[in-house]
Amino acid sequence: MAAHVESATPAPAILQEVNPAVLPRPVLVGHNRSFSWITDKICGIIEGPTPTWWWVCFAIACCVASFTVAGIIYLVATGVGVWGHANPVNWAWDIVNFVFWIGIGHAGTLISAILCLLRQKWRTSINRAAEAMTIFAVVCAAIFPVFHVGRVWYAWFLFPIPNSNYIWQNFRSPLEWDVFAVSTYGTVSVLFWYVGLIPDLATLRDRFAAVGNKTRAWLYGFFAMGWRGSNRHWSNYEMAYLILAGISTPLVLSVHTIVSFDFAVSLIPGWHTTIFPPYFVAGAIFSGFGMVLTLMLPLRAIYGLEDLITQYHIDCMCKITLATGTIVGYAYAMEFFIAWYGANPYEGFTFINRAFGQYWWAYLLMVSCNVITPQFFWFKSVRNNTTFVWVLSIFVNVGMWFERFVIIATSLARDFLPSSWGYYSPSIVEIFTFFGTFGVFSVLFLLFIRFLPIMPMAEIKAVTPQADVHAGHDHH
Amino acid sequence: MSNIFPKSANKLPLQIVIYLVVLVGLATAGVTYYMTPKYTRVGYAPVQPVPYSHALHVGQLGLDCRYCHSNIEQSGYANLPTAQTCMNCHSMVKKDSPLLAVVRKSYETGESVPWVQIHQTPDYVYFNHAVHVNRGVSCVECHGKINEMEVVSHQKSLSMGFCLDCHRNPEAHVREKADIFNLDSPTIATKSGTEAGVKFVHDWKIKPPQSCTGCHR
Repeated sequence: MAAHVESATPAPAILQEVNPAVLPRPVLVGHNRSFSWITDKICGIIEGPTPTWWWVCFAIACCVASFTVAGIIYLVATGVGVWGHANPVNWAWDIVNFVFWIGIGHAGTLISAILCLLRQKWRTSINRAAEAMTIFAVVCAAIFPVFHVGRVWYAWFLFPIPNSNYIWQNFRSPLEWDVFAVSTYGTVSVLFWYVGLIPDLATLRDRFAAVGNKTRAWLYGFFAMGWRGSNRHWSNYEMAYLILAGISTPLVLSVHTIVSFDFAVSLIPGWHTTIFPPYFVAGAIFSGFGMVLTLMLPLRAIYGLEDLITQYHIDCMCKITLATGTIVGYAYAMEFFIAWYGANPYEGFTFINRAFGQYWWAYLLMVSCNVITPQFFWFKSVRNNTTFVWVLSIFVNVGMWFERFVIIATSLARDFLPSSWGYYSPSIVEIFTFFGTFGVFSVLFLLFIRFLPIMPMAEIKAVTPQADVHAGHDHH
Repeated sequence: MSNIFPKSANKLPLQIVIYLVVLVGLATAGVTYYMTPKYTRVGYAPVQPVPYSHALHVGQLGLDCRYCHSNIEQSGYANLPTAQTCMNCHSMVKKDSPLLAVVRKSYETGESVPWVQIHQTPDYVYFNHAVHVNRGVSCVECHGKINEMEVVSHQKSLSMGFCLDCHRNPEAHVREKADIFNLDSPTIATKSGTEAGVKFVHDWKIKPPQSCTGCHR
């Protein structure tokens, strides 16, 4: 090392000292907003009078949700045959809708758990709503597997409860793994969401108590569980939150991996592939971020939250959508490559059939929505155009639903035996039941934005410029 | 600002946990005891149109089961006797007893005596009576000691778990061919040890099905 310092040789190719330019960190709360502004802004959404648009949306959402209720009542009263399943397609919209909804939830968990562990501070303003989205999506997802068993009062057979029939679960079946994966996922998501809510519920309790609204002070106070914001509370809170983030992190990967096993563990051509777990997880996060954008952009516009959900937040979400969407596109290509390279005639036929067979229209929709749509997010001008981003996010949702439909319907409709080939069309009951789940989801989400703080106030305050102890100084 | 909650609320979380544990424990115990076939079926002893006593006919007089239930070795369904069977004796014994009026009427008209069924397999269960009787399963295994009953009652749970107990370990339940209708006889396993039971199951090629389709066809 010392040799070259005093020598007269030309300057070394490596600089003696590297002084990289310090890139300014994007500001996460615009306009240098103060702590009290943040509290007033977010609590104001709950404390203010119920807006007319909320009632209109709520009424519509209830009407839509009634389709699911009616569909389910009809199914339970009549039998599972009211859905359009028939040989050879015995899994159809029920499992498509299940995977669609459960996939959407994954963005919430990714934002709350993985981004928390990776210290991605931009997660703070979207994580609460995204976690709510996760829970409500799991609720919608759970409807389908629970009711597709037909006699729903026997759904407890799914759990290993000792009984006088000696019925015991087949633990070698991925469908049984699914039961545990999804119920664990639901439980942990609710806990994570609730723990995060506690400090904010205490804020609301105090604010309602200050204006003398005893009922709401009592209600928020009950769920705040005596939070006083003491040092000890905060230190316990941080630890609980970290542990839950640690538990949730593997769930982001495991839940959809197990969902993909429902297919990959079988022997059906087009399902029996090792690429399924990563492909499904990427797809789930892709669809989830699509849904987060679909939900957050209108909220941002309606409540004027531009200082809290900044352009930087939207950029980040668009980039994750782009990355995961591109992984999904790669997986589509790789499936075809392996079908050809693996030289299995059934696999080869399945993929040719998938793209050019009877469901070619669904395949075309899937590819155009999932592969082409996210590529727009390469362009800053697109990411800056909120309306366009929102429209693209809808295409992502549509595309990801069709992905599941394509995988499930095409493989089953054309399996090994040509004599049993068929074509699947959904029954009207199935269509209504699925349509209604958007209402169920909307009802829950509307209640959430009306009665709970849609952003974690305490966490946002921690990422404001004022909260930075080095503000205005060197970052060393 | 006054407190919203009284000081006693501090104990609430613990109280809720304790109540939940107690409640769930009670519910589990209640369901286990009151809602399983061991409670819902065992002890069912309906009043029959004729006060027929198995204790008298079988226990004291030594009637064989097959005298009345004549097809149980040949038929998948265990039959009840016709009034003709009763009248074989009762045309002479106690021929004017008012308790037998229903039997005499049945004999004259040909209408069946309206016996109340006690042991019943559900519609979704395939059960062949003859197969069991011919493969070392004595009456007493499922029906209990009928020969001691004044009024027949449901003795065993006949739950799916009850069936599987025997289908999984037939060696503990089988009897010699000669002992099938002797309700006081011991099983081979109690008489000669488990090895003898296993040998009987092997020699008689007893292969009770354990797959779903064995019974739910």
